[in-house]
Amino acid sequence: MSDFLGAGWSAYIALVTLVGIFWCIWLLFSVRKVKAVLRSDGEVADTGHVWDGDLRELNNPLPRWWMWMFLISCIFGLVYLALYPGLGSYPGLLGYSTDGALMNSMTTANDELKPVYAKYVKMDIVDIAADPKAREMGQRLFLNSCAQCHGSDAGGGKGFPNLTDGDWLYGGSPENIKTTIINGRGGVMPPFGAVLNASQVQDVTNYVRSLSGLPADDLKVARGADVFKANCIACHGSDAKGNIALGAPNLTDKTWLYGASEATITETLTKGRVAMMPAQDKVLSSEKIQLLTAYVWGLSNNKPAQVK
Amino acid sequence: MPDTPIGKPIPIDVIEESLYEVRSKIYPRSVGGLFARWRFVLVLATQLLFYGLPWLSWNGRQAVLFDLIARKFYIFGLVLWPQDVIYLTLLLILSALALFLFTAVAGRLFCGYACPQTVYTEIFMWIERKIEGDRFARIRLDGEEWPWSVRKWRIKITKHLVWLLVAFWTGFTFIGYFTPIDTLSAAILHLALGPWQLFWLCFYSFATWGNAGFMREQVCKYMCPYARFQSVMVDKDTFLVTYDKVRGEPRGSRSKSANHESLGLGDCVDCSICVQVCPTGIDIRDGLQYMCIGCGACIDACDQVMEKVEYPKGLIRYTTERAIEDQESNQSAMKHILRPRVLFYTIFISILTTAFLISLATRNPLRVDVMRDRGALAREVDGVRIENIYRIQIMNASEHAMQVSVKASGLKDLKILNSQGKEINEIAVGPASNQLLPIKVSTTIGENDSGNYPIHFDVIAQEMTGEKSILRMREEKSTFIIPR
Repeated sequence: MSDFLGAGWSAYIALVTLVGIFWCIWLLFSVRKVKAVLRSDGEVADTGHVWDGDLRELNNPLPRWWMWMFLISCIFGLVYLALYPGLGSYPGLLGYSTDGALMNSMTTANDELKPVYAKYVKMDIVDIAADPKAREMGQRLFLNSCAQCHGSDAGGGKGFPNLTDGDWLYGGSPENIKTTIINGRGGVMPPFGAVLNASQVQDVTNYVRSLSGLPADDLKVARGADVFKANCIACHGSDAKGNIALGAPNLTDKTWLYGASEATITETLTKGRVAMMPAQDKVLSSEKIQLLTAYVWGLSNNKPAQVK
Repeated sequence: MPDTPIGKPIPIDVIEESLYEVRSKIYPRSVGGLFARWRFVLVLATQLLFYGLPWLSWNGRQAVLFDLIARKFYIFGLVLWPQDVIYLTLLLILSALALFLFTAVAGRLFCGYACPQTVYTEIFMWIERKIEGDRFARIRLDGEEWPWSVRKWRIKITKHLVWLLVAFWTGFTFIGYFTPIDTLSAAILHLALGPWQLFWLCFYSFATWGNAGFMREQVCKYMCPYARFQSVMVDKDTFLVTYDKVRGEPRGSRSKSANHESLGLGDCVDCSICVQVCPTGIDIRDGLQYMCIGCGACIDACDQVMEKVEYPKGLIRYTTERAIEDQESNQSAMKHILRPRVLFYTIFISILTTAFLISLATRNPLRVDVMRDRGALAREVDGVRIENIYRIQIMNASEHAMQVSVKASGLKDLKILNSQGKEINEIAVGPASNQLLPIKVSTTIGENDSGNYPIHFDVIAQEMTGEKSILRMREEKSTFIIPR
């Protein structure tokens, strides 16, 4: 109810509305009769108003119920304004609001959907993933809520993980995926631009590329290994295979969230990266999260034919 | 009033007049004749169509069903989707043009014979006549003072019960166009209607009862816009229900044996039967009025009177203003029918109807929408290919299953895969349903410079109509982005 800047505006609008309605009623009654002029020559009375020299205004009366309709409209307006919000910031006797109506219809819709989801609430994620109906529902949920970042095919994009490749920053077990969806994740690669000098950055870049079999300069790789040990193993591990507890990526595989080119890795190293998966627990119901978990898990694990 | 200068009325008295008046009930007298027969035929035809159509079935479903919830309109072999709204537009334009044409040629033919307001009023008046009697019996009955006699109660209750029955059946039929009528009738029999079905059933029953029983001519006089703008479509050569003033005036009663010419009288015997039969309560002898719905009841009535007094028929007849002025016969007035506005309407209607029918006959039931994923520009795959993601929606507006394949072209080395990264096989899309699938389209890095490229998707479908299959095709444009 903060549409108006102050109570004065609200009162002003309410006043204009009410005065308008009562003015209409007054007008209706004040002009329901017209002064007609009986002419000396004829039986036809006119109002005495003449336009363009010869257009006389006659009286062609409306049916009386028409007048009652006007009056009923005014009364309807007053009753409506008493019951519903409309008179300045007065909320109305029924306490209706569009916001409340939306909430109501969402609750109704969720109640209607409950039986559809009920079957899946107690089911195991792996079993849900094998259910074709659940996959369809999961896909629709995914397209609505997840595809904006992860893509319609769940293949991800630069900075947004691919969910189909079986490589998981925070773990690919059903429980891990569910946690990720419910709580979201915040991934941080700290910037090393202030810690490492330019040649050290180049060395680590080459080392990291060599880990996943990309072409690299042997000398720089050797030097980079030392820099890596000194700075990176805390998160990425001494074997550079990452750490799902921290969301630190495995650097030895061919999956690159931001890109594998020397320039991109250099940028990642010097400027760092900040990634965010938003929490969905406030957005999606637990039943929907259950189905989404199964769908996302199924993208890389579930081959329906094998499960059968 | 030649000696009174117009515009300068000489007031002799100033009175107060109300701008509103109580409607005086009209008791149209029944009349038989050519136009009454025509109206009977048209009432029968329109009502057989209206009441009968929802009961027809076609391919195991209701032949005509406007399924608002599923957003599909079934009209015999045709299934229209919201995307086909252009046909509704065309139909409305055609109806409007047809109305213009009819009005230009012969006035308010629609009002007098086919308008639901006239048709239901006619049905209700017929019932009223059967139960209460004709004009004078009805006036006498309504004139009976309170308290009502048992007879009046009985007659009034019977009439309203029969009216309500017709009104209910009309409302029920109307809803039957939007909900399958057999499930609807079952729901009514088991008193298991949904709240909205019940609301609309009551609403349309009430509207029929109120409009045809009580509102009647007031709808035409005060509510219908057509009555008010018809005058711009009517000209001097339009055939209208017209009182032949030249022949009729001066009017007056006379004995049958008298020679009215020597009495200085015209052919109008001033019997006022034309006024008594008028369903809108006007006097046609006052000339063309916006209240005249062109029903021709006064023609039938006047012809009967003319026959009785042995004058030539047609004192009130369908003729044109020009014919009355120039004292022409209707045959020569007919020569003016083909005038520019009539020709223009006719040509325009023919062109539009042809376009409408051709478009409907060649309508492609395969529809495709391609939506590029907006969240991401593009992605690299294995360092060698660049990939864009699309959602493709395939809609099958036919009543047969379709086998659909999708191809993409417009760039060198384009490859198209489904969301699992596999080749897209034939996609089965069920009858009157649609399917959304995410697809990956990729090209080799280095084959094309960076930039935005227009590409197009070719969707080819086999519509399986029993023995043979029909080839359906659609091409849909989109953009492929290769980032720097």
